[in-house]
Amino acid sequence: MNGAPATADSHQMSELLSKRIVTGYGFWIFLLSDIIMFSAFFATYAVLARATAGGPTGRDLFNLDSVAIETGCLLLSSFTCGLASIGAQTRRDLLFYGAMTVTFLLGLGFLSIEVREFAGMVARGAGPSRSAFLSAFFTLVGCHGLHVSAGLLWLLTMMAQVFAKGYRPDILRRVLCFSLFWHALDIVWIGVFTVVYLMGAGQ
Amino acid sequence: MLGKLSWSAIPFDQPIPLVAAALVGSVIVCVLIWVIVKGHLPYLWNEWITSVDHKRIGEMYTILALIMLLRGFTDAIMMRSQQALAFQSPGYLPPEHYNQIFSAHGTLMIFFVAMPFMIGLMNFVVPLQLGIRDVAFPTLNSVGFWLTATGALLVNISLVVGEFARTGWLPYPPLSELTYSPGVGPDYYLWALEISGVGTLVSGVNLVTTILKVHAPGMTYTRMPMFCWTALASNLLIVAAFPILTATLAMLLLDRYLGFHFFTNEAGGNVMMFMNLIWAWGHPEVYILILPAFGVFSEVVATFSGKPLFGYRSMVMATMAICLLSFTVWLHHFFTMGAGADVNAIFGIMSMIIAVPTGVKIFNWLFTMYGGRVVFAPPMLWALGFMVTFAIGGMTGVLLAVPPADFVLHNSLFLVAHFHNVIIGGVLFGGFAGYSYWFPKAFGFRLHEGLGVAAFWCWLVGFYLAFGPLYVLGLEGMTRRMQHYDVPEWHPWLLAAAAGALVILAGIVLQVVQLVVSIRDRVELRDTTGDPWNGRSLEWATPSPPPAFNFPVLPHVEGGDAYWAIKQRAIAHAALSEEPAYAAIEMPRNSPTGFICAFFATFMGFALIWHIWWMVAVAAVGAFATFVVFAWRDVPDYIIPASKIARIARANRRSRELALANLRPVR
Repeated sequence: MNGAPATADSHQMSELLSKRIVTGYGFWIFLLSDIIMFSAFFATYAVLARATAGGPTGRDLFNLDSVAIETGCLLLSSFTCGLASIGAQTRRDLLFYGAMTVTFLLGLGFLSIEVREFAGMVARGAGPSRSAFLSAFFTLVGCHGLHVSAGLLWLLTMMAQVFAKGYRPDILRRVLCFSLFWHALDIVWIGVFTVVYLMGAGQ
Repeated sequence: MLGKLSWSAIPFDQPIPLVAAALVGSVIVCVLIWVIVKGHLPYLWNEWITSVDHKRIGEMYTILALIMLLRGFTDAIMMRSQQALAFQSPGYLPPEHYNQIFSAHGTLMIFFVAMPFMIGLMNFVVPLQLGIRDVAFPTLNSVGFWLTATGALLVNISLVVGEFARTGWLPYPPLSELTYSPGVGPDYYLWALEISGVGTLVSGVNLVTTILKVHAPGMTYTRMPMFCWTALASNLLIVAAFPILTATLAMLLLDRYLGFHFFTNEAGGNVMMFMNLIWAWGHPEVYILILPAFGVFSEVVATFSGKPLFGYRSMVMATMAICLLSFTVWLHHFFTMGAGADVNAIFGIMSMIIAVPTGVKIFNWLFTMYGGRVVFAPPMLWALGFMVTFAIGGMTGVLLAVPPADFVLHNSLFLVAHFHNVIIGGVLFGGFAGYSYWFPKAFGFRLHEGLGVAAFWCWLVGFYLAFGPLYVLGLEGMTRRMQHYDVPEWHPWLLAAAAGALVILAGIVLQVVQLVVSIRDRVELRDTTGDPWNGRSLEWATPSPPPAFNFPVLPHVEGGDAYWAIKQRAIAHAALSEEPAYAAIEMPRNSPTGFICAFFATFMGFALIWHIWWMVAVAAVGAFATFVVFAWRDVPDYIIPASKIARIARANRRSRELALANLRPVR
């Protein structure tokens, strides 16, 4: 509809579900498929977690303090992402741009801690080619990190879109999808935090 | 600059692929020149390449499938002739080439024939049957198709630039690891499937959302035609299974590119994990393929028996049961892994249980025919050929589900015969049934019937002649994928199988001739009614071919077999329903996003295969930029004026009024 002249057909189309519901539903289906992809990596990690080939184990490598900060960043960023959604829906520029910026910074903070952790492990000779356990670790955690990176790119794109186009219905639908995506990354991270770090450091 | 790519990548010493590629290349160049000289390029660009119309996209999927069928069948003929000749001799195909052929054959036939054939039919038919104007996400649909085409293109490029995998249609490690396959063959396979897998996933998300959330008023779930139900089940499986394939192939890529140890023999890698993961996708995959075919047969059998489908609800239950159970049987692909008697017994029993809902379906089709006035048109012939053939294939499947029997038959030609029995007899016959059934709807004229019947008989006879002997050979102990052999008992059976392949070839030639003849005689074969088979579901309420907007006014559905009910009401009142008021319709605008995105994906895939890293970066930026440009558009829809809608709708009503005079009430 998007500002196009109203047609008699829009009345008929309103008998169908609104575009917002259909788009959100479709994006949920996509997120479910993404979670299934993660579950394949989780299953692989579970199989290979003890296949350390004489190399370092999770207990030797994981630093729960920095992981706790990482987790804090990400969970907090979900909260600010929620604020940004409210800002978009109520069309309050300050809230939207402010909350999106904070979300971006928190996401960037999360990523930089992760990159530092990865770099430290590689420097200690515990890179992904050291053992099957480390291959699975780097892939699972790195796949989540790639999702966060893609999310940051998307976040910037959405800020630019709102800036250029305003709070149009189609833009708002995309903001909705972005926030669903960002929350889904949290759900996956809870799994990573538990299965990889907590269980790994406790072994 | 060009990574691993150099002139040595082109197999100048192998005449067969070079000549084949030169032939195909010159055909493509000739077609391109013809298109440009005749000035068809704008038409192709505006009406097809950038189209986001679900009907056009469905047709392009089907065309891709049929072209790839020719390529995959060429591989089949080469394998059959090689095995016919290679008794106590090396034959004419050297082992490294033969291994690429059987790998390419399986890859093409599953991913670029069966998949696009089924997805094409679903894309074309489902929105029409649901009584809506397009799928939930039209542009995404176009992206999905073009990414699939990218995958097909990459596999075919491997014919001349470099090599294809020699690992079979599923690249089992450790053979597919860098140690044993240092060439680019597996990389072609992996990147082609990663890219087309994204396309398939996108199309699955799209169709699931469409079927669950977008319907004509009154089209409740239990009023949907059976094909929509099977499409729903198939696409749910795509959403649930394809991510596993993406993840598994990504792990193998990491092993090959970055020295990870998922499936290697060293450093704790676990080869059997690949088998488990790949079949956790692979078994649902066979139901992704067969379920839409079941849907086609349900439509065809009901239409050509002139009766509603028998046991609609049991059919829905059976479909959804298969959808669920398909995730519980994957281990029967490797009983010989050695998981132990208990595990094998569970998976053996589950594999037999999944035959039960399939049996329910067969009986439902038989009871639909019972008491009906069956018309033996080509779609119905394919359906009947399917019922007999698939029942046999199903029974040999139950044999293989018995673990002790499987230990003997594992990786023998018995297995090869079994899965061809269900995939050709099920999926491909289903594709052909749908192709001949919906062709008049898609293009406005029928296919020549006599040639269609002849093609069917060639396929059916050829199939039994080609694959019956493989059952015997499997029982005689011949394993699959043998480049040569010296057991005299096998030779006559392999000659018979080669003869069968030639009969199938005759069937394919007849199909090509049928298409050419039908296009030539399209005026006589024109379908003016829009309802050439006296159909039951809403696609037959539209003119043939349907206009871009499908329905001038969305139909109000009051029960199952929606169009049949409309026809019966019209017959009872001896008049069509009152003419509605027509209003302007908004439709999504065409977009080159899908094509441009696939253009970059092709370069990215090629660059990744050959380690041309700068090109990877350029293509990635290009693909992202394409999406941003798409997201920046301001006018997503265009408006078709009410006057144009009324003109098309009235022409359709006139043809229905003429047809009404010839219709009699049917009990």
